[in-house]
Amino acid sequence: MAEAKPRIRLDKKEVRKGETVDVKTLVSHIMETGLRKDASGKLIPRMIINTFTCELNGKFVFGCDLESAVSANPFFEFKFKPTESGVLKFTWIDDEGVRIEATETITVT
Amino acid sequence: MSPRLALCAIVLLAVAAGVAGLAPAQNGPDHPHWQGHGIKPPDRTFPLPEIVSGYWFRTKETQAIQDDDFNNPGFFAVEQGEQLWSKPDGAAGKSCASCHQDAAASMKGVGAAMPKWSDALHKPVNLEQQINLCRGERMQAAPWKFGAAELTAMTTFVRFQSRGLPVSPRVDGPMASWFEKGKQLYYTRNGQLDLACASCHERNYGRNLRADFLSQGQSNGFPVYRLRDQRLVPLYERMEGCIFDVRGIPYAPLSDEFLALELYVAWRGTGLPVETPAVRN
Repeated sequence: MAEAKPRIRLDKKEVRKGETVDVKTLVSHIMETGLRKDASGKLIPRMIINTFTCELNGKFVFGCDLESAVSANPFFEFKFKPTESGVLKFTWIDDEGVRIEATETITVT
Repeated sequence: MSPRLALCAIVLLAVAAGVAGLAPAQNGPDHPHWQGHGIKPPDRTFPLPEIVSGYWFRTKETQAIQDDDFNNPGFFAVEQGEQLWSKPDGAAGKSCASCHQDAAASMKGVGAAMPKWSDALHKPVNLEQQINLCRGERMQAAPWKFGAAELTAMTTFVRFQSRGLPVSPRVDGPMASWFEKGKQLYYTRNGQLDLACASCHERNYGRNLRADFLSQGQSNGFPVYRLRDQRLVPLYERMEGCIFDVRGIPYAPLSDEFLALELYVAWRGTGLPVETPAVRN
């Protein structure tokens, strides 16, 4: 289901300076741990999203490294105080180097 | 620890265990409170005093994932099904949308009434079978294998169009014999553990089976996103799981046995809202 678009939801798209925005993201990914074996007993290679970042106008807002214990279809929720209007860019990178990207605009007044 | 002290400890433990064993089965404070969320059965002969969706037997956290469509990973399958709906496949160059147009209108209520009698086949068909029939006859495409992500996604997408509508399979007319067959299977003990569906889901729902909190085994949310499997699980796979757990030999997917059972189980949930894609543990 790699073709499914990642989902982003901001609790508000227009904020006053100093206000907190709540961001939720959900991305479709199998998150294969690398510890499971297939029917013939061979290890299924690890295939997980290992990095998630969120940037506002190219400036780092939130990010983390993921490990193999994270479930399929990782969900993130975080809060931050935007200081300027612009484009929020979300990036997920998996073990094969595939980048899943999504953007969302935000206005600060 | 001296031997005597150790003996005392063992006796104390045994007493404690005995007391715990005697205590009536109760819902602990951490258990879901499913009581009072059911709907009334259609009549007095109905096998359940109230009909309760599996939703109410799950924890608040699991319910919360289902409550918000954004959080519900089952919607990835709905989206996938939506894409497949209008994607031509097979020799006829048709897609589902070529005949059925807008799924929101044409598929509304279809999933809630499955399995349904097919005059052409002289037997009931369920949603998965109907999708594959359409693919074979009208699209001239290869049928999807049971359990394939595409088939489950399409089933989810079609059933999602009935979300909120009451489960309402027909069990009269030619369906009657299938209904009886399903009922018989439901009450037949199976496997090394010698348990029937009814042993857990009729006589002991709302209680713990070891670590599992038993529901009524309703099918209104299927295909469901199972947190355990981290993907959508079709009904027969869940039933296979149950039979496997009682150490029985599961029927083949899409077999007549499962079809009869699906019909009977759907009837036991008559009136429950379709929740597809539901989230369960």
